[in-house]
Amino acid sequence: MLYALLGGFGVAALAAWLHRLTGRHSGWILALWPATLLLYFLSFLPDINSGTVLFFYDWIPSLQIRLSFRIDGLSLLFALLISGIGLFIVAYAGRYLEGHRDLGRFYVILLAFMSSMLGVVLADNLIALFVFWELTSITSYLLIGFNHEDASARRSALQGLFVTVGGGLALMTGLILLGQVGGSYELTELLDNGDAIRQHALYTPILLLIVLGAFTKSAQFPFHFWLPNAMAAPTPVSAYLHSATMVKAGVYLLARLHPALGGTELWSALLGTAGAVTLFIGIWLAVRSTGIKKMLAYSTVMALGTLTLLIGIGSEQALAAAMAFLLAHSLYKGALFMIAGIIDHETGSKDLRDTGGLFRAMPVTAVVAGVAALSLAGVLPMFGFVAKELLFESVLDDPRTWLLAMVVAGAVMTVAVAALIGILPWYGQPVATKKIPHEAPPALLAGPVVLATLGLLGGLFAPWVDQHLLAAATSAVAGTPVNPDLALWHGINPALGLSLFSLIAGLLLYRWHDGFRTATAFTDTLAKRGPERGYDWLMAALVRIAETQTRFFQSGYLRYYLMITLLTSMSLVWLVIGMKGDGLRLHLDLRDVQFHEAVLIFTLMAGAITAARTTSRLGAVAALGAVGFTVALLYVMFSAPDLGITQVLVETLTVILLVLVLFRLPGFLKLSSTALRVRDAIVAASVGVTMTALVLFALDARLYDSISHWHIAESLPSGYGRNMVNVILVDFRALDTLGEIFVLALAAIGVLAMIRLRAEDKRHE
Amino acid sequence: MNHGMALDILLPILIPLAAAALSLICWRSRALQRGISVMATTGLMVAAVVLLVRVYDNGIQVMYTGNWPAPFGIVLVADLLGAIMVVLTGITGLATAIYSLATISKAHEHYGYYPLMHLLLAGVNGAFLTGDIFNLYVWFEVMLVASFALLILGGERAQMEGAIKYVTLNLVSSAMFLSAVGLLYGLAGTLNMADLAEKLAPHQDNPMVQIVAMLFLVAFGIKAGAFPLFFWLPASYHTPRVAVSSLFAGLLTKVGVYALFRVFTLIFPLGDSLIRDLLLGMAGATMLVGVLGAAAQFEFRRILSFHIISQIGYMLMGLALFTPLAIIGGVFYIMHHIIVKSNLFLISGLVYRLQGSYDLKQLGGVYRQHPWVGILFLIPALSLAGLPPLSGFFGKFIVIKAGVEAEFWWLVAVALVVGLLTLYSMIKIWAEVFWKEMPEGSTASVQQRGGTGLMVGTVVALASLTVLIGVAAEPVYQLASATASQLLDPPGYINAVLGDRS
Repeated sequence: MLYALLGGFGVAALAAWLHRLTGRHSGWILALWPATLLLYFLSFLPDINSGTVLFFYDWIPSLQIRLSFRIDGLSLLFALLISGIGLFIVAYAGRYLEGHRDLGRFYVILLAFMSSMLGVVLADNLIALFVFWELTSITSYLLIGFNHEDASARRSALQGLFVTVGGGLALMTGLILLGQVGGSYELTELLDNGDAIRQHALYTPILLLIVLGAFTKSAQFPFHFWLPNAMAAPTPVSAYLHSATMVKAGVYLLARLHPALGGTELWSALLGTAGAVTLFIGIWLAVRSTGIKKMLAYSTVMALGTLTLLIGIGSEQALAAAMAFLLAHSLYKGALFMIAGIIDHETGSKDLRDTGGLFRAMPVTAVVAGVAALSLAGVLPMFGFVAKELLFESVLDDPRTWLLAMVVAGAVMTVAVAALIGILPWYGQPVATKKIPHEAPPALLAGPVVLATLGLLGGLFAPWVDQHLLAAATSAVAGTPVNPDLALWHGINPALGLSLFSLIAGLLLYRWHDGFRTATAFTDTLAKRGPERGYDWLMAALVRIAETQTRFFQSGYLRYYLMITLLTSMSLVWLVIGMKGDGLRLHLDLRDVQFHEAVLIFTLMAGAITAARTTSRLGAVAALGAVGFTVALLYVMFSAPDLGITQVLVETLTVILLVLVLFRLPGFLKLSSTALRVRDAIVAASVGVTMTALVLFALDARLYDSISHWHIAESLPSGYGRNMVNVILVDFRALDTLGEIFVLALAAIGVLAMIRLRAEDKRHE
Repeated sequence: MNHGMALDILLPILIPLAAAALSLICWRSRALQRGISVMATTGLMVAAVVLLVRVYDNGIQVMYTGNWPAPFGIVLVADLLGAIMVVLTGITGLATAIYSLATISKAHEHYGYYPLMHLLLAGVNGAFLTGDIFNLYVWFEVMLVASFALLILGGERAQMEGAIKYVTLNLVSSAMFLSAVGLLYGLAGTLNMADLAEKLAPHQDNPMVQIVAMLFLVAFGIKAGAFPLFFWLPASYHTPRVAVSSLFAGLLTKVGVYALFRVFTLIFPLGDSLIRDLLLGMAGATMLVGVLGAAAQFEFRRILSFHIISQIGYMLMGLALFTPLAIIGGVFYIMHHIIVKSNLFLISGLVYRLQGSYDLKQLGGVYRQHPWVGILFLIPALSLAGLPPLSGFFGKFIVIKAGVEAEFWWLVAVALVVGLLTLYSMIKIWAEVFWKEMPEGSTASVQQRGGTGLMVGTVVALASLTVLIGVAAEPVYQLASATASQLLDPPGYINAVLGDRS
C-alpha cells in the first residue's frame, strides 16, 4: 500500500528523465504506472462488500500521526476513478503537449498530484489526509500556472492556491479539534463515535471549520470562482483535476465524515443550502458561456453543488444518489473535457461559436461527444440517467420544496448545456477553423472513448455496478450497511416525470439559447459583483494595509524607532508598577545628604543639560566630559577607587578623541522645532525618571544578601590576591574578562576595516 | 559537588575563539584564513553534536570555570535547549563558511571577515551555554560588536545607515539588560541563573521581581525582534553580504528567543502572570505585523527579513502558551526555522549571482533557466509557509494544536492567517523571480559567472535537512519533547548546577 502511494512520488521524480529517454511515446510509458495502480485497486473489488481493509505505518507516533490507510467502498471508488482516469490523462497529455519544452516537468507534477490525491482518499489518519490534501493544493498550483510566462495563468494559479490553502487552514484546525473531541485521528475510531461527537460542545465549530475547508476545495458558493479561472491550465489538467479528482476532494471529505458529523440540522442546512445555490449558479453561468472549457468548468461547479446537496440531505437514497452521480459525472466530464481539448488541438477553436460541422472531419470524436453529452443530460439508458432519477427521488423526499425547484431548474439548464456541447460543434454548417480539422490520434481518443463507453455500460448494467461497488461506497458514507438497489428503470413515477420535463424544457432552451443569452445579459453585471470581486478586493486591501502599516512602523527614521522602543519599555515597566506595585516604596531620604554630595549632583545635572542644549560641538563634548568626571568622583566617594581611576582614564581619552575629530566640523544646526525638542525632552525625561525610580524602589526591596562575602573571604586564600577586584576580574569571573577583551579586538578590527576598505574604494574610483 | 572540567562544554566557545585568534595571526594570508574557517566551523559542528549526544544521554552538563564553586564563579551549563542551539549554530556556521568561500570578496577577506565571523559564533555559543546572567550579557556584547563590524564591512552608504539603526537600538537593549541585571543583583545578591531561580522562586509576586522580569522581556524582546521592538531588523538585514545576512537571519534573533525561553522558564516561570498575557499579545502582533510588512516589500531580502519577525511570533507563541506541548512546538519551530531561514537568504544570494539583482521587479525567468534552483527555493519557502510534509508544517501544527488545547482561539486564528500570508509572500517571490519572464529593459542580466558549485552545495545540504526534519519528524519531536520537559523542570536545572541539596 505504502509503495502504491509513495511509489507514485518516486515515479514522478523520475518522470522527466523517463520522458527524455522514451521521447514521443513517453505518455504511454508513464501511463503504465496508473495502469498498475488501477489493477492493484481492482484486486480489492471482489472483497469490498466484506468490509474495510487497513494498512498502518508509523510516522510520528508521539503526535498520533500515522500513515494509515483504509480501503472501503468510498475510498476504493475514488481510488479507481483517480487511477483509471489518470491512466488516460497521462497518455493524453503525452500527445496533447507533444513537443512542449516543459512536458517532462508536466509529468513530474501531474504524477505527484495523482499520488497526493490517492493519499487523500485512502488515508485513515486525519493528519495524513491533511498532508496529502495540502500536497494536492500545491501541485495543482504548479499545474494551473503551467504556462507561467502568462500573467493571467499566474494570477489564476495564485487564486486557486489561496482559496484552497486558506480553507485548508480552517480544515486543519477543525481536524485538530475533531481529534481532540473524538480522542483519535483515526477515521476508523472516529466514524464509530459519531453520537459523542455530535453532542459535544465543540461540534458546531468543528463542523464549520471542516465544511469551510471542504467548500473551498470543492468550489462551493461563494468560493466557486477559482475553478473556472483554473482553466488556464492545459486541458489534460482541467480534465483531470478540475473535473474528476481534486475538486472532488472536498466532496470526498464530506462524504467520508458523514457518519461522524452528519445527520444534524446544521449539517443539512449548511450543505443543502450551499449545494443548491452552487448548483444553480454553476449551471446558470455554464449555460451563459460560449467558451467550451468555461462551460464545462461551470457545469462541474453544478455537479459539485449537487453532490454537496445530496450529502447534506443525507438519506440513504440521497447518499446512493451522490455516489451514482459522482461516478457518472467523473466519467462523462473526463470524456467531455478531453474532447474539448481535442477540438482545441485539432481545430484551434476554444469557443462554441467558432465551431460547426466537424462531424465530417472527426466522426469518432463526434459520436463519443454525443454519448458523453447524453450521460450529462441524463438520458436513458446512460448511467447519468440512473443518477438523475435518484437525485430527483431524494430531493422529492426532502421537505424543502425550494431545493426541488433549484434542482429541476438546474436539470433543465444541464440538458441545454449537454445539447450545446453534443450538437453544436459537430453538425450544421461547417465553420472555418484556424487549423484544418482531422480526426484525433489514438492517444487523445482512448480516454474519451473508454470513459463514454463506461457511462453507457454503467447504465445498462446498473445493478452490477451497484452490487460490486456503489453499495459498498454508499454503506461507507452512511456508516451502516445499505443496499440501494440501483436499476436503470424505476417505473413510472414523479421522478421520471421531472426527468422528461427537464429533457423537453432543456431542448427548448437549447433551441432558443441565443435569445436566452441576450435576454439574461443583465446577470453579467451581477456576476461581476460576485465573490470574485470580494477576493480581488481582499487582495488589494491586503497590499494596502500592508503598505500603510509598514509606512507607519518601519518609517525609516531612527528617531521614531528609538521613541517607540523607549516609550514601549517605559510604559511596560509602569504597567507593572501600576498593577502590581503595592508595597513598593521610593527610598528617598535626603536628610543625610552632605553639601559636597549635593554639589556633585548639581554639577552632574548641569553638565547633562548643557550637553543637550548647547549649539557648539566642543561645548557638548566638554559638558559630557564634566558629567564623566563627576561620575568618577562619585565612584571615589563611594569607596570604589579603581572604578574611579578607570572612569577618569576613559573619560580623558574620549574627550581628547572627540575633540580631535569634532574640531573640524561646523557647529550644530538647529533643525528641529521647539515642539519637537520638547517632545524629545519628555521621552528622555520619562526614561530617566523611570530608571531613577527603579533604583530607589530597589534600595528597599533587597531579598537576599550578596554572595560577595564569599569573594571577600576567598580572595586571598584561594585567589592569592589582596586586590579583590583584580581577583574577580582575572580569576573568579575571568570568562567575562575574556569576552570583553574580544569585544575590544572586535571593535578594533571593525574600525580598521571601515576606514581602510573605504579608503581603498576611493582609490579604485 | 562535581568540580570536574568538562571540556566538551567549552569547546563550542573555544573553537571559534581560537579560530578568530589564529585568523588574526594569519591576517595577511587569505588562503590560511579560508582553511581555518572551514576547519573550525566543521570542528564546531562536530563538537556541538558530541555535546548534544552527551546531554541527551547523561542529562544536563555543567562546567565550573576556574573550578570555582557555583554560585561564586561562572558556570557553563549545557542543557538540551542550549546544546540544540549550539548544534544549529554549528550547522549555520559551517554553511556560512562554505558559502563565504564563493561569495566574499577579497577586500572583505583582507579586512577581517573571518575573525569577525568566528567571534560572532563564539558570542552566540557563549550565550547558549552560559549559566550566569552577567556572563550572558558579556556574550551579548561580543555578538553585538561582532555583528556591527560585519554589518559595516564594506562601508557602503546603505550599510552605514542600516548599521547605525542596528547598533543604536541594540544598545538600548543592552542598557535595559544591564539595568535589569543590576537590579536583580541588588535583589538577590547573585548572578548564577540556577541560584537566582532558587532564590526567587518564593518571591515571584514581589513587585520588584516583576519589574525586573519586565525589563528582561523588553531587553530580549528587542534582540528577538518582537513587536513593537523590531525596527532594527528590517532596517539592516538586507544591507551586508548575503552570507552575513544569512548568518544573522538564522542566529541572532534566535539568541533573543533563546534568552526569553531561558529566563521565562527558569528564573521567572510564566504562570498566569501579566507577563504571560503580554507575551501572548506580543506573539500575535509580532506574527501579524511581520507578515504584513513582508507583503509590502518587493526586495528579496527585505521580504525575508520581515518574515523573520513574523516567525519569531510563532516561537513566542510556543513560549507564552506555556503548556508542555506549546514549549515543544516552540523548540521544534526554532530548529526548523534557523535552517530554513538561513537557506532562503543563501538562495537569494544565489539568484543575485545568477541575475545580479535582489529586486523582484527586475528579476525573472530563473525557473526556465535553472529549474533546480527553483526547486531548491520551493523547499524552504513552502516549509516556511508551513506546507506539509516539510519541517515548517509540523512546527506550525504543534504550536496551533497547543493553542487549540489551551483554547486561545484568537491567537490560533492569527497564527493561521499569518500562515496563509506567509504563503502569499513566498508565492510572490516564486511568481516574480522564478515563473515570470525577465521584464524587458530590466537592469538585471543573465550572468554567466562560474563558481556557483559551493553555493548550490550549501543550499542543497540545508534543503535536505529541511526535508529530513519533516520526513523524520518523530526523532526531532522526541528531542524537542525532552527539551521541553527539562525547561519545565527548573529544580532539575538547579540541582544539576548547585548540586542536590534536598
